[in-house]
Amino acid sequence: MQRIGVFVCWCGSNIAATVDVEAVAEALSHEPGVVFSANYQYMCSEAGQNLIKDAIRDHQLTGVVICSCSPRMHEQTFRKTAAAAGLNPYMVEIANIREQCSWIHKDKAAGTEKAIILGRAAVAKVHLNAPLVAGESPVTKRALVIGGGIAGIQTALDIADAGFEVDIVEKEPTIGGKMTQLDKTFPTLDCAACILTPKMVDCAQDERIHIYAYSEVEKVEGFVGNFTVTIKKKARFVDETKCTGCGLCTEKCPQKKVPNLFNLGLDTRRAIYIPFAQAVPKVATIDADYCNMLKNGKCGVCAKVCTAGAIDYKQTDQHIEEKYGAIVVATGYNPIKLDSFEEYAYAQSPDVVTSLEFERLTNAAGPTGGTLLRPSDGKHPHTIVFVQCVGSRDTSGCGKPYCSKICCMYTAKHAMLTRDKYPDTEVYVFYIDVRTPGKNFDEFYRRAVEEYGVHYIKGMVGKVAPQADGTLMVQASDLISNEQLHISADMVVLAAAIEPDKSARPLATMLTASMDTNDFFTEAHPKLRPVESPTAGIFLSGACQGPKDIPETVAQAGAAASKVIGLLSKNKLTGNPCVARSDEMLCNGCSSCEKVCPYGAISYEDKEFRMPNRTVAIRRVAKVNPAVCQGCGACTVACPSGAMDLLGFSNRQIMAEVDAICK
Amino acid sequence: MIFSYYPGCTLKNKAAELDRTARLAAERLGFTLEELPEWQCCGGVFSSARDEIASKLAAVRALAAARDAGHDLVTLCSACHNVLKQANDAMAHDADFAMKANNYMQLETPYHGETRVLHYLEVLRDVVGWDRVAAAVTHPLAGQKVAAYYGCLLLRPGAVMAMDNPENPVIMEDFLRALGADPVIYPYRNECCGGYITLEDPDLAAKKSRQVADSAAGFGAQQMVTACPLCLYNIHKNAADGPEICYFTELLAQALGVGGKGARDDQ
Repeated sequence: MQRIGVFVCWCGSNIAATVDVEAVAEALSHEPGVVFSANYQYMCSEAGQNLIKDAIRDHQLTGVVICSCSPRMHEQTFRKTAAAAGLNPYMVEIANIREQCSWIHKDKAAGTEKAIILGRAAVAKVHLNAPLVAGESPVTKRALVIGGGIAGIQTALDIADAGFEVDIVEKEPTIGGKMTQLDKTFPTLDCAACILTPKMVDCAQDERIHIYAYSEVEKVEGFVGNFTVTIKKKARFVDETKCTGCGLCTEKCPQKKVPNLFNLGLDTRRAIYIPFAQAVPKVATIDADYCNMLKNGKCGVCAKVCTAGAIDYKQTDQHIEEKYGAIVVATGYNPIKLDSFEEYAYAQSPDVVTSLEFERLTNAAGPTGGTLLRPSDGKHPHTIVFVQCVGSRDTSGCGKPYCSKICCMYTAKHAMLTRDKYPDTEVYVFYIDVRTPGKNFDEFYRRAVEEYGVHYIKGMVGKVAPQADGTLMVQASDLISNEQLHISADMVVLAAAIEPDKSARPLATMLTASMDTNDFFTEAHPKLRPVESPTAGIFLSGACQGPKDIPETVAQAGAAASKVIGLLSKNKLTGNPCVARSDEMLCNGCSSCEKVCPYGAISYEDKEFRMPNRTVAIRRVAKVNPAVCQGCGACTVACPSGAMDLLGFSNRQIMAEVDAICK
Repeated sequence: MIFSYYPGCTLKNKAAELDRTARLAAERLGFTLEELPEWQCCGGVFSSARDEIASKLAAVRALAAARDAGHDLVTLCSACHNVLKQANDAMAHDADFAMKANNYMQLETPYHGETRVLHYLEVLRDVVGWDRVAAAVTHPLAGQKVAAYYGCLLLRPGAVMAMDNPENPVIMEDFLRALGADPVIYPYRNECCGGYITLEDPDLAAKKSRQVADSAAGFGAQQMVTACPLCLYNIHKNAADGPEICYFTELLAQALGVGGKGARDDQ
């Protein structure tokens, strides 16, 4: 028989106002096995914890029930308290009489009755608790960062700065990400390249950072502290160790008609290319879809002009296996495709552009050398209409239900910079709301309106009609003056919603990391663990977790790095002992548990069993890797033969609780 | 190939030419339009109100009659097409509406949206095929720059009409190409002509119609075609100096060499 102590917390008035705590303590003192019962104003305070410790010692308690707030809040606190008094921490049970009782009820009599029942269930469970000891596993002191945009770069630099090795895997030929395509950054208007490229160079020069550019993650195995990752290094057809980045090949290549994706197809490049001058690594890449030599064996100009002998038409994809202790996801975002928004005539008129295309049209390294010219005729536009929320906050099903967060600010930036450089240009911005909740953001937006005379109009654009004379007729409503507007514009700029990169979904499957319905990675706790995935050892950096601007991305990148550093600085990891365990005598190897396990923690082995008459049978049985298992319990429900059980939450314990509640 | 045919009231007087040429062309292309007996007015735009039941019953009756005849139901007028497809969709997917309509009508077999409703253009595209239409053309409209005018009712709501992309449609342009004409793409081809507003605020309807006709003319159209009697009325009334407008079936009959030029009393 256990010797159980019951501790009822008032939580100030949070619990005590709706639950008669004294009556609860009194009622539970009569439960079988309860030898001590008390109530106290703040059980989590030092004095409250001392009350628990003293009772454990004085009454030789073997089990503890705390009636208080949610276990998510203070279970760890009370487990440590019990451990300090010499009790196994897993002999502590929490009855949640705050979130699940006092906060949701008004009637004190009913609240008290429910609190007693919840306490009784916890007492019934503690009777069946057994001491649990967490296992340990070693930590590989090397991190992987997936994605080499500003999020991945900052995370890698911070991890390397703490002395750990870190690899960046980037699917494009260069690191840098979206930020390399931007012209200036809000709200300070510093040039994106000027603040980003030094960090890219730092990555290249840091001995602890290894960049796998033009590479993708192909397979992930293992668990926190012990991941094994296969990286596919795609064939560039250029030997990275020999190429000096001189760029001669990119000038001599005769295939000139390749859409330049770095400029979003606004101009063309050659089949062999370096995306932009400050690329890291600065190595040429052959686009196999356009290279005449690779397609039909006729050309070879780049190999002839390359003085370093770096061109290798026979290069193939390489598969590299590496071990890591932690993985950071920094896969970023993309603007959505505008196929569902045909009323804006994006496909019909070259003068209707996305905001990212507008960045390229104003960027000194862009297709127009930084002079804003209409794509259709190369003339200077005199009226520009910006449309915000194209696909954001859209519940019609065509776009995304969420706010893309960055569009209000970059549109204000575009509008302001246009008015600054071309004061003869009229600029209109259509918006649903202007959202500027960052530091110095609202001041920035107000400058666009007040100092630069940008016409902000609350209302949405219904149609953009390309006219026979080459102008664009913008039909819109002004919701404040309740007027229909017809604006004849030279250019229309669409602030397309942003969405997670398409590589994120298959990657999440490989990592068994969870995602929301919009394919953004889910954090372990939206407030208290914002840079960790619920899957141990997987961390989140940047827009893969939700829309973010650069300052926020850099802050989150640093936070993710600090979590990785915390993990890698440990020599051993203590696991969670509340993991699944399979009773191999009952298991029939049906694979039901493996199919539902979101963490890949279950494998199978063929095991010998002694059978009657000295015979031996070999049966396939499930085996749980306790270092990977997160204790979610899905397998225990799926198992048709009842072989799977969860330590600390066994079927017997749960049934005992149910029985106690229904008594 | 036999289809049940719902002409609608306008095609019996003002838009008689739409009816006449459609029947002649159908005969030439090898399908038959079998007019439903005792059909009634679809209710025009009034029956497209969401909370309306009584004015949709005529459409349901026509749909049920086509089902009983065992044919798909073909129609021509944009408004009839819109009402029939919307009513059919409601009978199939809006359980409350279907129950009330069935309870009221007391049909021998209750109706639940079984009939397939096709616009005449859909028959040309999906049943006959543009290749066969093109092959039957004897008087190609070579060199004619023709602007298709869809109006607002033919394609919307896109999910229910399920006919073409409402923002950037191609069905009438493909039709014109099959006749040998040169289709003109212009941005207002799916905008409203002003519709019945022409009774209440003729200036507003005139403005809308002019915008459409001027845009078509600006992109070089010599001729406009429509499927909608109301569009034709408004454009003709308000933009008579612009490109001439006629029913798409008139060009079809002309290209197929049937019917000649009929007397049109629909303006």
